[in-house]
Amino acid sequence: MKADVASRILMGNEALARGLIESGCSLAASYPGTPASEILPAMVAFARETGVSLHSEWSVNEKVAYEVALANSMAGRRSAVIMKQVGLNVASDPFLRSAYLGVEGGLIVAVADDPGPHSSQTEQDSRFFAMLAKVPVFDPASPRQAKEMAAPAYALSEKYQIPVLLRPTTRVCHARQNIQLAPPEGLERPARFVKDPGRWCATPQFLRGLHRQLNDKLARIAADPEYAPVLTPGDGSRPGTAIVASGVAFSHTWDLLESLGLLGRIDIYQVILPYPLSGDFIRKIQLDYKRVLVLEETYPVIELQLRRADLIGRLSGEVPGEGELTPEVVRGVLERFLDLPAHTAVSAPAGGGVRPTLCAGCGHRAAFYAIRQTFPEGIFPGDIGCYTLGMNLGAVDTVHCMGAGISQAAGFSYAYGAGAGEAPAIVATIGDSTFYHAGIPALVNAVFQEARFITVILDNATTAMTGHQPTPQTGPTASGGAGAPVSLAGLVRACGVRFLRECDPYEIGVMSDLLREADLFCRDPEGGVAVIIARHPCLLDKAAGAFQARRRVEVTEACIACHHCLEEFECPALVLDEATGQVRVDEVRCVGCGVCVAVCPAGAIEAVSREP
Amino acid sequence: MRQQVIISGLGGQGALTLTRLLAEAAAAAGEEVITSETHGMAQRGGTVISMVKVGPFRGPLIPAGEADVGLFLHSQGLAAHRHFLRPGGAVFVNTATAGDYQALDAWTIAAGLGLHPVSANLILLGYAADRGALFAPTALLEETIATHTPERFRETSLTAFRAGVGAAGE
Repeated sequence: MKADVASRILMGNEALARGLIESGCSLAASYPGTPASEILPAMVAFARETGVSLHSEWSVNEKVAYEVALANSMAGRRSAVIMKQVGLNVASDPFLRSAYLGVEGGLIVAVADDPGPHSSQTEQDSRFFAMLAKVPVFDPASPRQAKEMAAPAYALSEKYQIPVLLRPTTRVCHARQNIQLAPPEGLERPARFVKDPGRWCATPQFLRGLHRQLNDKLARIAADPEYAPVLTPGDGSRPGTAIVASGVAFSHTWDLLESLGLLGRIDIYQVILPYPLSGDFIRKIQLDYKRVLVLEETYPVIELQLRRADLIGRLSGEVPGEGELTPEVVRGVLERFLDLPAHTAVSAPAGGGVRPTLCAGCGHRAAFYAIRQTFPEGIFPGDIGCYTLGMNLGAVDTVHCMGAGISQAAGFSYAYGAGAGEAPAIVATIGDSTFYHAGIPALVNAVFQEARFITVILDNATTAMTGHQPTPQTGPTASGGAGAPVSLAGLVRACGVRFLRECDPYEIGVMSDLLREADLFCRDPEGGVAVIIARHPCLLDKAAGAFQARRRVEVTEACIACHHCLEEFECPALVLDEATGQVRVDEVRCVGCGVCVAVCPAGAIEAVSREP
Repeated sequence: MRQQVIISGLGGQGALTLTRLLAEAAAAAGEEVITSETHGMAQRGGTVISMVKVGPFRGPLIPAGEADVGLFLHSQGLAAHRHFLRPGGAVFVNTATAGDYQALDAWTIAAGLGLHPVSANLILLGYAADRGALFAPTALLEETIATHTPERFRETSLTAFRAGVGAAGE
């Protein structure tokens, strides 16, 4: 990023980060998750560039991040907590409570939704979550708006003493736009926590009063013209008709109306604050129009508040109830709503594309191969991260949410243990970052409840899938400091685990032996939960990659075309030679790890040292 | 001035570089600009598409059938992405095979100049600019490349762009 430029092209996430810094945010806590991951690093960079003081952290999970940010707000300072939409599920406990207790310094909860979804477990709508929590929510329709909404969000948060959600979606987060910059507000706010147990400790006898205050705040916000939807009126050629839209769906609608020659012909409202929805606006929509179309992502939050039975939207079925509202989908809806000739559907070609797979040289591939070959009939509860791709090797059977693999393994062990006959091997896999996030309580529970299964912690020393954010195992911190590392193996022992081994998964034979040993421990009457830490750094980390030996790998004429390596190992550098049916090495994609040498049942793969 | 451009390629071909250069050129010309990218599977060799919308557009996506210009860094992208072009839209493809598009064998040009194959992206950009297909004249694009390319790549980037400007197609 360049300094001393008043206008820059920024990604939505960077624009949002800039808005937070310009509005005087003093603490930002986050856990990585697409599409939100770029926000925290951008805040760190902007803080450095503008010289503002900022505590920033990659917290171990979103609940912890929320609580950290909340305390800074309680002390009268502006805070931000940043996550993707499913992260709000993790933070939901402090989130819901904080609406009742309120805040002092403004608190912005930046939650990025992922309609589609493109890379998430659900396509849930954080505005709906805000409605559950009784927290106001802003819905930016562009990168520029993501920045512009930060200041009013903080102002609302402090005026009404309530946390505020700021909800971009993928197409806002990852779009780029030219954005005006401004210097940061210099807010001089030393920490000042005022004791008020009736508020900050709020035991049940205080809650009815706090809940009444909360309801009152929402009513006042809904009556505040500052947050009412913005109307671009039509010229009267489409009387009694209105389009109501929010978020990037509004932007798609605007561009489509323009290309249809209808911009300025029909009343169109952009809803800035979908919850609590302006009371005057609700009455207007209920009384002044004959036909109203509502376009929003992903659940009918505005529709539900409008309480008008004949709305055209998701509830009526005219807007699809699932999937992204792409311009093509919106165009179809507009054509039907406005009685326009249907556009000849130019659809994308079906299928095609390469399915995603682990990178060549990934330690996880070796680990999954060892697990599957050692326990062909095993059950493999998995988890969220790059290692979800163990599915391709048949070594991941379930993927639910962060840390679920361990608890599900315990559940499977009770289910199978209750029956007669020998239980299958149960091997849960979890990443190092995920272990810090959610694995510890699950492991403590499994040990105490005497479950019997193997957990393999796939330790690549990073949070890889989301962009290589650091973990507490090695650091550094979000702002580049060393941090105070917390040992992964130490944590496993502290959870009460009596069988802990560590290995490099590249050594498939060694890992297989450890897995067999672990399985015996699980089945022994005196045994219990077994843990193996399979450690190999992520090769996309340049520092790690530099230390790794790169051999020259080739498939010799001894290849019997059994395709075991293609089907069971699935390295993208091993490709089928269509002409001969044999396998060959793609030298561009091969990183020279040599793990495939041990995979070939015919011994047809050789790896030789390269010249230094 | 309004123009909608799609850039199609395989992960690693420098589609994002072109997207960002076009966006910076638009901003330098005093235009509004908004772009989108597909993230995700580029590391794993998948096809990627990005979109550049120059002018007072609000949203970052171009609907199928509305793009004015398509820059295809790999002919494989035609099957996946050609439907974004409007009838009469300009299609430029990095390929040695002639077809119903404006073809340029940018890889051969790159090799001839001793440049890395990824330079094909800037060669194709120069070619399209010289044909007058883009909102920005070649001089503006050249200046944008000079300003926004890290020092160590500046010379080779400009060489590649200029080679595209001067190239004859297939």
